[in-house]
Amino acid sequence: MSASAAPAQPIPWQTGKVTSIRPETPRAKSFCLRLPEWRPHLPGQYYTLRLTAPDGYQAIRSYSVASSPLDEGEIELTVDCLSDGEVSPFLHDVVEVGDELEVRGPLTEYFTWEGSSPLLLIGGGSGIVPLMSMLRHRRRALPQVPARLLYSVRSPEDVFYRDELGEETTLTYTRRTPENWSGATGRIDDELVGRLWWPDGIAYVCGPNGFVETATRLLMESGYEPARIRTERFGPS
Amino acid sequence: MATRGFFGRQRAPAGMAERLPPGQYFEEGFPVLTAGPTPHVATDEWSFAIEGLVAEPRTWSWDEVHSLAGSSFEGDIHCVTRWSKLGTSFAGVSVDTLLDSVGVDEAATHVVAFCYGGYTTNLPLPDVRGGQAWIAWEHEGHPLAAEHGGPARLLVPHLYFWKSAKWIKGLRLLDHDEPGFWENYGYHDYGDPWKEQRFQGD
Repeated sequence: MSASAAPAQPIPWQTGKVTSIRPETPRAKSFCLRLPEWRPHLPGQYYTLRLTAPDGYQAIRSYSVASSPLDEGEIELTVDCLSDGEVSPFLHDVVEVGDELEVRGPLTEYFTWEGSSPLLLIGGGSGIVPLMSMLRHRRRALPQVPARLLYSVRSPEDVFYRDELGEETTLTYTRRTPENWSGATGRIDDELVGRLWWPDGIAYVCGPNGFVETATRLLMESGYEPARIRTERFGPS
Repeated sequence: MATRGFFGRQRAPAGMAERLPPGQYFEEGFPVLTAGPTPHVATDEWSFAIEGLVAEPRTWSWDEVHSLAGSSFEGDIHCVTRWSKLGTSFAGVSVDTLLDSVGVDEAATHVVAFCYGGYTTNLPLPDVRGGQAWIAWEHEGHPLAAEHGGPARLLVPHLYFWKSAKWIKGLRLLDHDEPGFWENYGYHDYGDPWKEQRFQGD
């Protein structure tokens, strides 16, 4: 476990400009932001985004970066729209190309891939986002590094980054499959998680809390020591 | 800078806004944020230790810690990921009760909380004394769930909640500060939510 020297300088807020907005699914969009003080992130890191109302009220949330740090000057944040949320519905319904948004990052040095180990990824729903940053970066910078992604979604329309999922990806549909689907169905299980086995490296698991609990249990049952499993969780318990 | 088109629709309920530290939002649930797998520790295998700069290092079993005078907390908790849960409650034992029974060495200045699963976090000793810290095994009247740190967690509600270490196994008293798990990954050594001490340098 690396005890990297933390930067003594606080990471500043900066104002990014939205350069493109792409729908991923009916309820998720990717926002490309051009940053005046861009700094390279590690795949897996996130940014904090701050909205300010005219009276000074602020709402702040964190979103994982989906892009590779090779995209100099820009970051892509993919945001799942939570119907009872405050920030994600605003991003979905109001923000347009050319708008300015305040962000701070990249943040945390834990759920990150530094390129030295095989990529073992398990994502549930929008938990794919930080994992996609790792996959994209691997494809462009380190294609020789082995990668496996197990990606659980409810239905075909819920698949993020559909055109970028390659042979490293095992998709499983928990509610409804595409027509003539011959791949995996149902919730992740020991067989699906067993396909990820690798003798070394870290397994990265991101998704709703219940999904992460199941995935980490299955990983440990398949032989992963807890120290080889890193998780990022969201949603209510 | 005002954000075009944003007016804010989820402000904290009346009377609660002033209980939110800067940059926090009001959360009714109790989100789970854990860096790795959830350890599952049976209460008959659980124990709690105080070691390091004390006159008599000691370990308590689950039954022994429950035989001590109980203590509870009612108030607000603040997570560095920006949610705050207001008006919640925990019960367990005050850390004062435990420290008083081991004899704290005068040289001790800091503690490292260590946990089942390997998590650690550092705190100044005065911050776990004076009725400010608990070993908690009950949340809002129910046994503390494993995903929230059960069977027992450290509770230090005046600091960001990563200091309230889940699956607590013990406290080690030191004569210096020693960064713990998240602190080594760039989080603040102290973590005062009212000063927004989220990351090193804040």
